Amino acid sequence: MSEPILQTDDLAIGYRTRRHAPHLVAERLDLRLYPGELVCLLGPNGAGKSTLLRTLAGMQPPLRGQLRLAGTDLYRLSPQELARRLAVVLTDRVEVGNLSVRTLTALGRYPHTGWSGRLTPRDEVAIDQALMAVGIADFAARSVHELSDGERQKVMIARALAQEPQLLLLDEPTAFLDLPRRVELMGLLRRLAREGERAVLLSTHDLDLALRGADQLWLLQPEGSIQVGVPEELVLNGAFQHAFRGAGVAFDACTGAFVFQHPPMGRIDLVGHDLAAVWTRRALEREGFVVSGHEDPPATLRVAIHDQEGQTVWRLHHEDTYQDFPTLSQTLRGVKTHWFAARTEQ
Amino acid sequence: MSATLDTVHVPPTASQTRSDLWRWSLLGGLAIALVAAFFLNVAFGSVRIPLSEIITILTGGEASKPSWSYIVLAFRLPKALTAILAGAALAVSGLQMQTLFRNPLADPYILGINAGASLGVALVVLATGAATGFLSNVGLLGDLSLIASAIAGASLVTGLVIVAARWLRHAMTLLILGLMLGYATSAIVSILIYFSVPEQIQAYIAWTFGSFGGVTWRQLLILAPVIGAGLLLAVLLTKPLNALLLGEAYARSMGVDVQRVRFWLIAGTSVLAGAVTAFCGPIAFLGVAIPHLCRALLHSSDHRLLVPATLLMGGLAALLADLVASMPGSRTILPLNAVTALLGAPIVVWIVLRRDGPRSDFSS
Repeated sequence: MSEPILQTDDLAIGYRTRRHAPHLVAERLDLRLYPGELVCLLGPNGAGKSTLLRTLAGMQPPLRGQLRLAGTDLYRLSPQELARRLAVVLTDRVEVGNLSVRTLTALGRYPHTGWSGRLTPRDEVAIDQALMAVGIADFAARSVHELSDGERQKVMIARALAQEPQLLLLDEPTAFLDLPRRVELMGLLRRLAREGERAVLLSTHDLDLALRGADQLWLLQPEGSIQVGVPEELVLNGAFQHAFRGAGVAFDACTGAFVFQHPPMGRIDLVGHDLAAVWTRRALEREGFVVSGHEDPPATLRVAIHDQEGQTVWRLHHEDTYQDFPTLSQTLRGVKTHWFAARTEQ
Repeated sequence: MSATLDTVHVPPTASQTRSDLWRWSLLGGLAIALVAAFFLNVAFGSVRIPLSEIITILTGGEASKPSWSYIVLAFRLPKALTAILAGAALAVSGLQMQTLFRNPLADPYILGINAGASLGVALVVLATGAATGFLSNVGLLGDLSLIASAIAGASLVTGLVIVAARWLRHAMTLLILGLMLGYATSAIVSILIYFSVPEQIQAYIAWTFGSFGGVTWRQLLILAPVIGAGLLLAVLLTKPLNALLLGEAYARSMGVDVQRVRFWLIAGTSVLAGAVTAFCGPIAFLGVAIPHLCRALLHSSDHRLLVPATLLMGGLAALLADLVASMPGSRTILPLNAVTALLGAPIVVWIVLRRDGPRSDFSS
């Protein structure tokens, strides 16, 4: 394997304070980032994701240990040298005023241009490439303040790419975006890592997306240690579940998703095999019901999904009676009515 | 990145070319307007002098009346030059402060320079005025002591702020420090005023009205290079100013030595605003209004355009304000600060009430 772009050895991160002893956030961090790799930094709130990112970005000196960027001590690089190797996209939405997309992207050439900031043809090419890599070349002339949050985020990424960094750090880049934009952004970042031979590290709260999209996960534990591995491995060895354990939620290792933990309401039978059955099952489980397995004895409630002249119909059986519902919402209401009625009788 | 992309260049769109054309013609128009306003400013004043005579005097000829030559050469010409220098200095330093502090209300005096100069002048006029017979002495010596005291006061506050800028990490802390210094010095001025006789107070208030008229050729020899240096520094800082549009964290990540740039921005602003205040009094309003006006006209926050535009627009506005204040054809002269505010306030209101509002032009 090639040389790591970023390498930390026995790194300890935290805050130095004027009067008190330094506040340690995490220590013994031995991390490696390789070109072409997309790594997601995960961890519960307060575990120190931002502190780690700031330390790696050269904005907050480590308490101890080594931090090397392409073989050189990161904190010995001049601001300009650092900016040529490493670019960041921060989480806060910036109001840049009235700048065109292209002008803002061109700001990324800052560490490459002379005192006047005049752009050479070489700079123009880098800007064009950044705009195209992110897919915003079409609206290069538009003003940034006319853009949506998702587009704006892309401009900030294009600006970072214009720096031509070996390492791209992003602090919660998906925070303001809706789900389709998040998936799109993750895909974009993967492509940028693969095609550009650069390393991309992003912190995120989007566990599902991280599990699906990252090459590696860096999982900060609440105790201040870090676990590194491919996403699936961290699920298998329980590190994932450990980091995010908490009241009311549980990580379901089978589905790879977080589920609400309610006290179970009761068992219910479900008959049906199509897509409607899949989502009916999810709805019932969300309401706290356990859907019977093959070997369970018949339950008092049963939902059977029928197809009547192309229309899906939910038939709720209770003892010897049944009732048909045209929608899932009404079915759920019916199930709950029966369930609560039965419980009051007891 | 793949090799095929290397050759592709994104062509500028029609609207981009159009707005570029508008921006360059605006800059050119401002330069022409500045020259025209300069000529108007020299041509019109309390004393009516025929235009042909003005041209004769300006081209080095002899006027029909020697007093006309004197008025134009010894009074109007230095006054117009001072107006250009002061207007440019205040507008550019206002732009710098608004970007540095990411605050649309910032002006060159935001760090208390104005208050420091006022304190210096107040000390001379109000505290020592009675003892030295200041009012009978408003000749050369009076002017010089006034300027010296304004410089001393402005330098004192500026020095404190610059030292603080060296070790304070956050620009906002600096802003609050400057504001508090301003309040404290204003308070001392109030106390001085409270214990002064009306004649002294009037002399002090006359200074606070501001004027470009008191600057002689000899003083211009000091003022011009100082402001030239400050403006040159502003041009050199254009690139980091643009990076600062994204905030200090981003600027730092792109390789800006934020602490150093901030130091030079504050030092430059202090020199520009301090020199103007010392020689012309506290000229209000231009520093806060001109940058907004230029952003609105250029539809841009790009400092490569804004620095030259505010420079020209500042000089132009100062010339026009001075022309109005001198009430051509009459013997009266209006307070300069009253004119800048009365003419400028409607412009700022117009900017604020525009469809987009200042939010679109300025990072708030």
